[in-house]
Amino acid sequence: MTQTQSILPPLTERSGILRWLRKNLFGSWSDTFLTIFGALVIYWVVKGFLTWIFKVAEWNVISANLRLIMIGQYPLEQVGRLWIALGFLMFLSGNSLAIWARKSYIKTILLLAAPALLALLPFGDEPRKWLITLTVLGLIGWGTGRTRPEALARSVIFGWVLSLPVFILLTRGFTSENGIMPIVGTNLWGGLLLTFLLTVVGILFSFPLGVLLALGRRSELPVVRLASITYIELVRGVPLITILFMAQLMLPLFLPPNVTIDRVLRAMVGITLFSAAYLAENVRGGLQAIPKGQYEAAYALGLNGAQTMFLIILPQALRLIIPILVGQFIAVFKDTALVAIVGLLDLVGIGRSVLAQPKFLGLQREVYAFISLIYWVLSYGMSYLSQRLEEKLGVGKR
Amino acid sequence: MMTQEGEIIITVQEVHKWYGDYHALKGVSMEVRKGEVIVIFGPSGSGKSTFIRTINRLEDHQRGKILVDGIELSHDVSHIEQIRMETGMVFQQFNLFPHLTVMQNIVLSPIQVRKWTKQKAEEIAMQLLERVGIPEQAYKFPGQLSGGQQQRVAIARALAMQPKIMLFDEPTSALDPEMIKEVLDVMVELAKSGMTMLVVTHEMGFARAVADRMFFFDEGQIVESGAPEEIFNDPKEERTKLFLSQILSH
Repeated sequence: MTQTQSILPPLTERSGILRWLRKNLFGSWSDTFLTIFGALVIYWVVKGFLTWIFKVAEWNVISANLRLIMIGQYPLEQVGRLWIALGFLMFLSGNSLAIWARKSYIKTILLLAAPALLALLPFGDEPRKWLITLTVLGLIGWGTGRTRPEALARSVIFGWVLSLPVFILLTRGFTSENGIMPIVGTNLWGGLLLTFLLTVVGILFSFPLGVLLALGRRSELPVVRLASITYIELVRGVPLITILFMAQLMLPLFLPPNVTIDRVLRAMVGITLFSAAYLAENVRGGLQAIPKGQYEAAYALGLNGAQTMFLIILPQALRLIIPILVGQFIAVFKDTALVAIVGLLDLVGIGRSVLAQPKFLGLQREVYAFISLIYWVLSYGMSYLSQRLEEKLGVGKR
Repeated sequence: MMTQEGEIIITVQEVHKWYGDYHALKGVSMEVRKGEVIVIFGPSGSGKSTFIRTINRLEDHQRGKILVDGIELSHDVSHIEQIRMETGMVFQQFNLFPHLTVMQNIVLSPIQVRKWTKQKAEEIAMQLLERVGIPEQAYKFPGQLSGGQQQRVAIARALAMQPKIMLFDEPTSALDPEMIKEVLDVMVELAKSGMTMLVVTHEMGFARAVADRMFFFDEGQIVESGAPEEIFNDPKEERTKLFLSQILSH
């Protein structure tokens, strides 16, 4: 017994935490001083922040305006349609998780349970019912996905392709006043709903456009190349806000008085055209990283130019630039906030209109902190997804 | 092996090629018969790689005439695609597609260009992988294989199009010494099976074993050509002698 005891190192050395503390935080007198000083600074900052969150801040501005922040002035009696659209997305997510992320059980369940967890917050009965429905739909999707993953993969992809048209159709409606789905004008779209739609449309349409511009810039046809270069350099030389102003304020001056283009649509087009120019340069960077030998091997096998580009070169180039692409997508998401300046009521715009109510004067901190939190959660979500995607696609890379 | 009796499959007449001001090929002429194995060698910068790459038009020539399987190479895209279907090529750097598995690398072109069914293409791919000795690697990615294995996949990929001619551009130059033999073995087997082959290489053992004729390139011209025994035992030109003494001395 005594022998075994003497072999072990002293108690303080054995404990991982203690050893780590001694080595990294209290290694010398100056280290100790810095540790204590740093701890004090952190303490003051965190304490101030927590005091503000729990004691000072008047969060009733958020709870009273939550619906505005989420969906703007979207008519209350039509909100069910948005929930149905969300339910469709949730179902597809459940399907996809079951098919492509079979092994990560815990993450899947956390993700699917998120709406039900949100239902624990004091949202009122109606949203609570819907939130729980979302989780149920997600779980049903997950369950069906698990039964026949291979057979379902194709239809799930098809479902995702349809999801944006379905979402917009449900949001906008398609019948007259008295029909089952009366049209809700885009002037009533707002808050997170509007930000979300601007972002998704911006990303989905600017991506193919950006790829085409990148290919155009490398084209051997001088006209195509020159047009692409002109477009890219012109758009990249202008701030997004000026493009949005031009679309909102100058465009109507050139159109005949009885022709009007929807303001949200104009913003979507502006964001898409702007983002495409940046994407084009990112994609071009990826294309340049592909060695010449890949083209030669493809040509030597008899593939033509289009087959070589779309089967060999682009898949590799896009894979290389996933982190850059996602960075660009996050930038699009955050840049949509600029539409508030031209008078659309996205997250930021609706925040400003909430603050303009006399009742809520002077509560900028609460409103902007909450909006920032929404932006952060969603941006981080995109970033996290891209990392997973990279890991998944990274198999066997070079 | 089968020298004079086969019909002519490649005709090259007085081909010139310039890169800007640099005259890379200065009037090269050659005739290759079906089933012949041709070895092309020479110092670096002698135009031997450029020459072999003009045959499937990875490089274009500015003067002269190239006929492959009766089709003349010109700017006509349909001719180029036809010729590329009939000629397989193996590169120094393998040039496998890193985002596709070995199997996908091999079946891609048969499915896309020859319009075979996936099933037929995969059956033939599997036979070819067995022929080059690595059927167990079919579902790995190129990055997971050794250099020698990658080059054997590249040979299988080229063969999958069932070409009439195989072009090899320094196929063993990028390999570690212990992997050269496994690739050469595959090439020797291919040569003995009657494939028409043009091989740019400095592997003189390979040339001695299977070449029907050898061509020595220097400064964009064919300096000397002949059967291997003539070239090795009795080279006529000083430059050939000097070059052979340099590469055979160690």
